[in-house]
Amino acid sequence: MGKVDFLKDFRDKEKILAISKLIKKEIDRPINVMEVCGGHTHTIMKYGLKQLLPQEIDFIHGPGCPVCIMPKERIDHGIVLCQDEKNILVTLGDMIRVPGSESSLAKERSKGKNVKMVYSPLDVLKIAQENPNKKVIYFAIGFETTTPMTASVIEKVLESKMKNVFFHINHVLVPPPIKAIMESKEAKIDAFIGPSHVSVITGAKIYKDIVDSYKTPVVVAGFEPVDVMESILRIVRQFKEGRREVEIQYTRAVTWEGNVKAQNLIKKYFEVRDEFRWRGIGDIPFSALKIKEEFSFLDAEVVFKDILPNKPIDDHKLCICGDILKGIAKPYDCKVFGKACKPENPLGSCMVSSEGACAAYYKYGNLEVYKQ
Amino acid sequence: MCLSIPSRVEEIFPDETAIVDTMGVKRKVSLHLLPEPVDVGDYVLIHVGYAITKMNEEDALESLKIYEEIVKHLEEESGE
Amino acid sequence: MKQIMLAHGGGGEETQKLIKELFFKYFNNEILLSMEDSAVLNINSKVAFTTDSFTISPIFFSGGDIGKLAIAGTVNDLSVMGAKPLYLSCSFIIEEGFPFEDLEKIVKSMAEELKKTGTLIVTGDTKVVPRGFVDKIFINTSGLGKVVYEGVSAHNLSEGDSIIVSGTVGDHGVCIMAQREGIDMQTDLISDCDSVWTLVEDLIKGNVKIKAMRDPTRGGLSAVLNEWAESSNVEIEVLEEKIPVKPQVQGLCELLGLEPYVLANEGRIVVAVSKEDTEKALEILRKNPLGKDAQLIGKVNSKGKKRVILKTSYGSLRIMEPPAGEILPRIC
Repeated sequence: MGKVDFLKDFRDKEKILAISKLIKKEIDRPINVMEVCGGHTHTIMKYGLKQLLPQEIDFIHGPGCPVCIMPKERIDHGIVLCQDEKNILVTLGDMIRVPGSESSLAKERSKGKNVKMVYSPLDVLKIAQENPNKKVIYFAIGFETTTPMTASVIEKVLESKMKNVFFHINHVLVPPPIKAIMESKEAKIDAFIGPSHVSVITGAKIYKDIVDSYKTPVVVAGFEPVDVMESILRIVRQFKEGRREVEIQYTRAVTWEGNVKAQNLIKKYFEVRDEFRWRGIGDIPFSALKIKEEFSFLDAEVVFKDILPNKPIDDHKLCICGDILKGIAKPYDCKVFGKACKPENPLGSCMVSSEGACAAYYKYGNLEVYKQ
Repeated sequence: MCLSIPSRVEEIFPDETAIVDTMGVKRKVSLHLLPEPVDVGDYVLIHVGYAITKMNEEDALESLKIYEEIVKHLEEESGE
Repeated sequence: MKQIMLAHGGGGEETQKLIKELFFKYFNNEILLSMEDSAVLNINSKVAFTTDSFTISPIFFSGGDIGKLAIAGTVNDLSVMGAKPLYLSCSFIIEEGFPFEDLEKIVKSMAEELKKTGTLIVTGDTKVVPRGFVDKIFINTSGLGKVVYEGVSAHNLSEGDSIIVSGTVGDHGVCIMAQREGIDMQTDLISDCDSVWTLVEDLIKGNVKIKAMRDPTRGGLSAVLNEWAESSNVEIEVLEEKIPVKPQVQGLCELLGLEPYVLANEGRIVVAVSKEDTEKALEILRKNPLGKDAQLIGKVNSKGKKRVILKTSYGSLRIMEPPAGEILPRIC
């Protein structure tokens, strides 16, 4: 270990409590903060940070969980693709438990369908080499953080001239849903905590437009509890000093320009879609990526076009995920929260993955739960 | 979204891969997306099997210095 | 290489040969060697009786294998009820083509684990099934133990009781998780898989009044504590920083977005004792190598809340949810 312990130093009790005191001292107005990213929702819940902050700070949990926002019809694509014995569908982590219209990839796997969960997209190459007679389809999910890995795998597939790998691309972008939420006018959001690792790739520059358009501070924060606390302090100070800026708190990993090499790789293989449907929010223009036409021979949506359903499927009618994402409702305001809608059997997008706002509330509870 | 954790580079291979160590857990990762060269002993952020950036130790120390000042400042204040 | 064939489970000559040359060699005891249809046992006492099936993948992991686990698992289920493990049954279901050498390794490690507590395998069975019908090898063990300490129950917790764990949590879970297909992580960590009877025996001999006791296997610490809170109608408060967790376990949890409290353990116990007995219990546990990292992690609060509260080092609180569903890495 060098001079810095990148985990312990940013989880330190003394620092957290000191920043907590300072925030309480300096805050002079109520602030609704949206943490865009599910990772921050986790940090806030796991470390009980809400309890260390003054009542004036309220968190609104944003749309930044790639599995939660996946519309059912696209999960159905995965389910259709794994029905053919000649196909192997590969995806990441807890994507496999997200329900589509009637099933989930985990349920299909238990029926004996070829669904594989990997930790790294690189394993796609290994699986394809080991199964030369099968079509290996990588069901790619994730925001800007996870997109360059898919681009890297595409590059390796092209280099090695592998013919049995295809990509079902569900990569989404952070700024468009923020704008969609802010444009709805009912949204009650004063400031944003910007995602940690999306910003490592994109750089903090992608938030400038948001500050300019909506006069909301954006502080790009790390995932550790000290990071989140410091970012709240920075937001409080922006309001106090009448500033509205993009600030980088997570300086040890994020720059203004980001990882240009990764950005270029993304640009090489992907282009923006005209529209993408977000579970809980609806259609958002230019909010996701697809494989460029010149590489469409790798695009599962093109190659398997004839068998993929494309009818949009609505969310459950009692579900208020859209309002939760806009900050006008809390998970507890939902009639079905914790009753008909649970992590084992989610109805709405916010309960789908462990990073969703409702799932995090359900799993960790918070002070309000504790008070009951 | 985007779980990523600082890990120490243990061994670097010619094919743009490296072994990294996260608190005693070792895994081979790809360096394909790293914009800058790394050395053994550097800390990198790992996301789904790829290193995405080198951790900037100087900036981390800068942050820690600010926190220490906050802690000190508050202690002095409450001591008064 | 010699392999297990369907004929080895057919009941004929090959089966007899397997029994005599392998099982008798390692599980050698008079009751087993009598080769009757059932073992006749003489236990003049209250008995505890339990059964468990073991289907782990990978079957060989760092710090143990399916055989060691099949013994320790059942021995531990008896132990945590205050019963001295005496007799075990053992059934193998083996996929045809399974290497004989691996089976011998498994049987040998079972024999070694039995020795630790002087427990005997007194009856057994072997079936061989066609390829694809089981994943390599499944083992079932049932166990009989003589109850030497009565009154251990999940319903016994009351306000002020102390919650103690005998060692670090999640070691076994991490060993298995790291070796899972698609994860491929290496650690020098070894599974905690072990028979805990000596730990329990030490507590009993030391006159500690044990109120509740469990081995936190699947579902980990969180499953045990939530079950206790439910059964005893109490709130349990745990101090997060007191829960012993090895750095490698923490590391894997950081990488995969998991909590150490839901990971499996195979050689740990969680004990609830009254406040007065706390220090004595800790001292006794720590004297035994199996309990050297024993730690007081929390206490029982008021009646009627039926939940487990985790207190962070900063004083904030959250709920330690009971584990649910398959443990999947949280990647994005």
